[in-house]
Amino acid sequence: MNEEKEMPPVKNGCGHHCIKINNIGVSFGSEVILEDVSLHMHCGSLTALIGPNGAGKTTLIRALLGEIKHSGSFVFRDLKTNEKLDMKVGYVPQKLDVERELPMTVYDLFASFISNTPVWLHKSKKLYNRIYEQLKIFSAEDCIDRQIGKLSGGQLQRVLLSIAITPIPDLLILDEPVSGIDDNGVREFYRLAGEIKEKYDLAILLVSHDLDMVKKYADKVVLMDRGILCQGTPDEVFADRNFTQIFGGGEA
Amino acid sequence: MELIYDIMDKLMPFEFMKYTFMKNSFLAILIATPIFAILGTMVVNKKMAFFSDAIGHSALCGIAVGTVFGFTDRSLSMVIFAVIFSMLLNYVKDRTTYGADTIISVFASVAMSLGLVLLSAGGSFNKYTSYLVGDILSITADEIAFLAVCFVLVIIFWLLAYNKLSAASINRTLAKSKGINGQVLDYLYSAFIAVVIMFSIRWIGVLLINSLIILPAASSRNISYNTRQYHLFSVLISLVPGIAGLIISYYTSTPTGPVIVLLLGSIFFVTFVIHSLVKK
Repeated sequence: MNEEKEMPPVKNGCGHHCIKINNIGVSFGSEVILEDVSLHMHCGSLTALIGPNGAGKTTLIRALLGEIKHSGSFVFRDLKTNEKLDMKVGYVPQKLDVERELPMTVYDLFASFISNTPVWLHKSKKLYNRIYEQLKIFSAEDCIDRQIGKLSGGQLQRVLLSIAITPIPDLLILDEPVSGIDDNGVREFYRLAGEIKEKYDLAILLVSHDLDMVKKYADKVVLMDRGILCQGTPDEVFADRNFTQIFGGGEA
Repeated sequence: MELIYDIMDKLMPFEFMKYTFMKNSFLAILIATPIFAILGTMVVNKKMAFFSDAIGHSALCGIAVGTVFGFTDRSLSMVIFAVIFSMLLNYVKDRTTYGADTIISVFASVAMSLGLVLLSAGGSFNKYTSYLVGDILSITADEIAFLAVCFVLVIIFWLLAYNKLSAASINRTLAKSKGINGQVLDYLYSAFIAVVIMFSIRWIGVLLINSLIILPAASSRNISYNTRQYHLFSVLISLVPGIAGLIISYYTSTPTGPVIVLLLGSIFFVTFVIHSLVKK
């Protein structure tokens, strides 16, 4: 097998778990949304996915999660033993479409994703404590009894991060928030992403819109528009011809 | 059944409970309103009010199709039709770029019109008018037993599936990442609503059924913070006006269904005012 050779140097993490995305294609009817997308991710590294609007970033994520039909495959392997493993995926959506008045607390939300104890019938003390501890990781434990529609953008992000890493996944997919969150919130989001990466040694795939932050935090950058245009270290990609064409040269 | 009637006589020695039809109606309301209240919580959360309305309207079409194909058991033809209709609605809703409300309206009006045309083709629409406004006093012991079965099934479904259904209603992709298949649940849930509506259409009526589903949950939403309160208040807000409506309609000789809906409507406005005053 040639996996060993292809493995790029990884700064953090064991680097022995590899997620391969092979030739993913998605089309709706005759319209091709994604074509031949292939990339590798390793544990303990943060891969940023950038591209213009409508480039198919969200579609790729939905394909990864098995929500939409696609061609190609996803493989998760332990490179030491070359064993195929089941991949657990955590996901943080860009935003939640909830009304302010929705009668649902953070406990209700959290419990409905991670447990089968009917949240409409009974509040389990054990589950409550577990959720409290998970929220504490991101200092969001004070939100546990608040309605989700009344949280600030930043608070909601931290709650969603807690849900995504319960239980700890092999791949964490983050959709960078674009609305309802200020510059400080965005910086905080990237800081937390970096922290999770170090702490749990997992692979992060981040859909990003903030190029400055990408430059600062990403180990690898993938520029895509329907297919992959170029990938590599932030410096490599930011200097690429395709990058300048899409984002303009000056800012990077 | 005799045993239940005896117990009711002992517990409620009131004048209006002397009659068997009142006992039957009382039992029917006791069983059915919580079902609507519980299913309604998710209808309101998922903004599916149009959907349940469409199912109610399609009931007429269900009866008509049943009559045309010579089904003797009208309930059966209605249930089969409702399940197929709800599946179809869901399918089209998932696969279109139109707003869901537009698609649902199209389906509902076509189904209702088709029902009206087919039923009145023989010039005999009059005998079906009870399906429009319902007639709870005509409910039979067998139908109550049917409702009780529905009740148990809905509770089981809710115990097993509510968390997943709720998760998927918040964000399908996020739910998928936790291994929850929102699409399958949506179909199941729609089928449940369809069946329950069909069973109840004869005594609630096409025109009123949706208020029994939407109003308790909508009122409850005004005064609840979490999912448990939401369900509790919703059940209470359907049960109390349901029974009160039956009693009021008995003493005032007014149709039961509309009286219940009027009570539910008043409660909605009260909770609405409470909500705006408290500004929780």
